Amino acid sequence: MKQYETVIGLEVHVELATKTKIFCGCSTRFGGEVNTHTCPVCTGMPGALPVLNKKVVEYAIAVGLATNCEINRNCRFDRKNYFYPDNPQDYQISQLYEPVCLNGHVDITVNGTGKSVGIHEIHMEEDAGKLIHEENGSMSLIDFNRSGVPLIEIVSEPDMRSAEEVISYLEKLRTTIQYLGASDCKLQEGSMRADVNLSVREEGSLVLGTRTEMKNLNSFKAISRAIDAERNRQIRIIESGKRVVQETRRWDDNKEESYSMRSKEDAQDYRYFPDPDLPGIFISQEWIDAIKADEPEFKTAKMARYAKEYGIPESDADIITDSRHMADIFEETVKLCGQPKKAANWLMVDTIRLLKENSMDPEDIRFSPENLAKLIKLNMSGTINSSVAKEVFEKMFDGDMDPESYVKEHGLAQENDEDALKATVQKVIDENPRSVEDYRNGKEKAIGFLVGQTMKAMQGKANPGIVNKILKELL
Amino acid sequence: MADKIDENMLEYISILAKLELEGEEKEQARSDMKKMLDHVDKLNELDTDGVEPLVQVINMQNVFREDNVTNGDDRNAMLKNAPAKKNGQYMVPKTF
Repeated sequence: MKQYETVIGLEVHVELATKTKIFCGCSTRFGGEVNTHTCPVCTGMPGALPVLNKKVVEYAIAVGLATNCEINRNCRFDRKNYFYPDNPQDYQISQLYEPVCLNGHVDITVNGTGKSVGIHEIHMEEDAGKLIHEENGSMSLIDFNRSGVPLIEIVSEPDMRSAEEVISYLEKLRTTIQYLGASDCKLQEGSMRADVNLSVREEGSLVLGTRTEMKNLNSFKAISRAIDAERNRQIRIIESGKRVVQETRRWDDNKEESYSMRSKEDAQDYRYFPDPDLPGIFISQEWIDAIKADEPEFKTAKMARYAKEYGIPESDADIITDSRHMADIFEETVKLCGQPKKAANWLMVDTIRLLKENSMDPEDIRFSPENLAKLIKLNMSGTINSSVAKEVFEKMFDGDMDPESYVKEHGLAQENDEDALKATVQKVIDENPRSVEDYRNGKEKAIGFLVGQTMKAMQGKANPGIVNKILKELL
Repeated sequence: MADKIDENMLEYISILAKLELEGEEKEQARSDMKKMLDHVDKLNELDTDGVEPLVQVINMQNVFREDNVTNGDDRNAMLKNAPAKKNGQYMVPKTF
């Protein structure tokens, strides 16, 4: 069989984290009652005048700078004409001729090998409304709350060759944009959407094959599966002597297959032209410099600094810096308690586990660095033992609370006083003659059982080290 | 220039414009479009060498709003523009 190479380019839509829509003062807040965030502009009423949200341009420039793009000093908006009920103006305001950012690149690492993925352009545009098709009915219902929510579309060059490279590129984009605060980039909720353009060609060929565009990819897993399935589908077509048809396909992740979205009515001819309602945008060097000066410290730089400043391993730093929110909590906690390794462990072990169990993102972490620092101090000073600390931490994770008062209120402080513990230890010895015998006969392990029994009698609130010591003395 | 708008072109434009034209309407549309194209041809006779393309008739730049919510819930007023409505939503013929 011939060897084939997969060629992939991505179009990534990112919903920007502005308070208001791109061209009107309606709220972008998610989850509002249907159509309560609408006005004549975002419902496309004749005569309504769109006015550009400055913050949208600033976020787009910030993302462009972070992805090594040239900023187009004179950019403007165009109308993309098509009829669909979720698009009330019958055109989408977008950028075709003069997009805001051009010619960038994102550096990724896959299996230890570095690679640069080119960014063709980034443009600003507005989102459409949400169409709900009535089941069994002949009508569709429209909610325009999302209509006019600002998006940037990041168009890559066809530089990726595998699902692994695609995921790595998307993760890098997501982390970068989250660090900038420009979007929360949640694939499941649609604030980050990736369309995959894919073609295959014989290994060694320099000519691109016919590509298809895959839509409706709502998770990294779905993207991976869709890429593998589409690659195989195209190879099967070519091997059987037929031709791949250039078309848009929709991925069904439950069936793990895609189907064509093409129809006669779907003639793609958008007749773009400059939007006469929106004056051009001039981006001065001063404006670019001001945005650059506001740039946060990104993941790569943070990882290097953590190793140097806090002496924590790269693998730990990698996990913690995946989310800026988590990295912020880490740094703040270390500042308060001076224990980088302990703080790192709470975050990358217990926090990551609880996030997974609750299907939450690091952005959803609610506990404060102040309280995590207090918990670490309580544990280090011996006020609570490690298993109680874990218990208290789970409570803190559920709803941020002060661990000091919680420990006091619930009487969780461990008994560190030898005299107070002696009575309980003696009782355990009296009640477990066999284990005592075993221990005295040289079975070292038997002491573990006795420690456990003492801890149980103390409801977990004894200092296990001291219990161990007393046991050895008494035996 | 009449052959620019042949039967195929007319059908293609009808699809884009979501129009279903019948018999005489088709002839009328074809003749209207021909007039428009003839007018454009007339404009093309002008010598525009050295003239910068004009994309904006208003001589302005950087007209921005700050990112502050200024609109409240005006749903009832907005829905008065709807051809039909249901449960606070605009209702249209089912589209895929």
